[in-house]
Amino acid sequence: MTAILDYDAGNTESMRLALEKVGAKPEVTCDIAKLARAQRLVFPGVGSAAQCMRILRERRLDQVIRDAFRDGKPILAVCIGIQLLFDRSEEDGGVPALGVFPGQVERFIPPPDDPGVKIPHMGWNRVRFLAPHPILPPPGGYGEFYFVHSYYPVPAWEDTAVRHLPPLPGRPGGKVYGATDHAGVDFAAIVGLGSCLATQFHPEKSGEVGLAILERFKTWDGQTC
Amino acid sequence: MLMKRLIVCLDIRDRQVTKGVRFEGNLPVGDPVELAGRYYQEGADEMVFYDITASAEARPIDIDMVREVGRRIFIPFTVGGGIGSVADMRRALLAGADKVSVNSLAVAHPEIVAAGAREFGSQCIVLGLDARKTPDPAFPSGYEVVVRGGRTPTGLDVVDWARRAVELGVGEICLNSIDADGVRQGYDLVITRRVAEAVPVPVVASGGAGNVRHLRDALVEGRADAALIASLAHIDGNSCRRLKDELRGWGIPMRQ
Repeated sequence: MTAILDYDAGNTESMRLALEKVGAKPEVTCDIAKLARAQRLVFPGVGSAAQCMRILRERRLDQVIRDAFRDGKPILAVCIGIQLLFDRSEEDGGVPALGVFPGQVERFIPPPDDPGVKIPHMGWNRVRFLAPHPILPPPGGYGEFYFVHSYYPVPAWEDTAVRHLPPLPGRPGGKVYGATDHAGVDFAAIVGLGSCLATQFHPEKSGEVGLAILERFKTWDGQTC
Repeated sequence: MLMKRLIVCLDIRDRQVTKGVRFEGNLPVGDPVELAGRYYQEGADEMVFYDITASAEARPIDIDMVREVGRRIFIPFTVGGGIGSVADMRRALLAGADKVSVNSLAVAHPEIVAAGAREFGSQCIVLGLDARKTPDPAFPSGYEVVVRGGRTPTGLDVVDWARRAVELGVGEICLNSIDADGVRQGYDLVITRRVAEAVPVPVVASGGAGNVRHLRDALVEGRADAALIASLAHIDGNSCRRLKDELRGWGIPMRQ
């Protein structure tokens, strides 16, 4: 069973319908025992960082995510999901998040010289694939995906090829698997570490290319290339 | 680079997609779920479903239809018509819609729209804004906001109202020119550009597309972030993919 984390963060129904479409057997739940038995976790959502973290903690889902990550269970995080996996978010005056990925989440700043750039970053954008991953198209290629967000992830990894920040001592390294740009920032659109792959875009709303990622997630064993 | 969007609009009456001219003389063109599936396959970037008689009949939006659409298309979609409360918004969003569109409700009860934006986020709330040209100097933009399919003037200036709606928490504005709607002579580029330059949120040009050149004009001269079409898809049978190929030929970034 593929469990979709239920923490009242908007659009779980879209994710459920898309997973059903690709033949996964999704179930939206916040039941800790069911989540522990699930073969895969999907951490979806739209919402504000503070509100989402509060509900995750209330339902003890923060620990469910950390345990699943530690056990190597395949996890797919989307939109607010990718953002909450980092150490902290700038949103809502600064919110400590799950700390699975080293780094933080920052707000887009509209460029003063270009009123045509709108925040939120809402619509289709082109993502370039940077590294091989079992559930993604090959590196060197591009795909078009649907985004809706005002904040973006800034991983603290040396090999991001997006932002060059020093690695943190004692923390495992991950990879930026895909990048795109908005408001003058080249940012990480797909981030992965171990059995956890996270996208800032919505694969469940990105047409056939998005469904293809979900279809591969359905059978992914959590190993990376 | 963020791409421009091509949005297909389906006006629904008695569970049939209809197409009218200036909100009148509607003709049935097909089943909404079947048409949605076809436009999805043909490369639409997004869709809007307006239940055009829900408000007049004082009934909520057809939630079963929203669910069926969600099972068929895997791109964002907005639903409008019959959204009268935060509970109506929640029902539509939980059924799989990505956004809800409010029009008369925002004028009559701005506090409900503000509450919806706080509850679900601005990205879920689209303002449908119907504009009618006026020579009256009381309207600095030259356009007045009208509601109820253009039947009722509101006394609001279009640009002022667009700005106020963004302050309320609206995350996108779908700007429809009543004079141009269904006439197929092109979008009203003047008011589209005025609104697009006045607000920090995306603006969708609506009303008047008769050919692909009109789409280009709305996205370039009108500075719109997206263009909404109805007749071009329903009556002429244009595929979105072909329209977008032509727009790409003019150097406009569109999804493949």
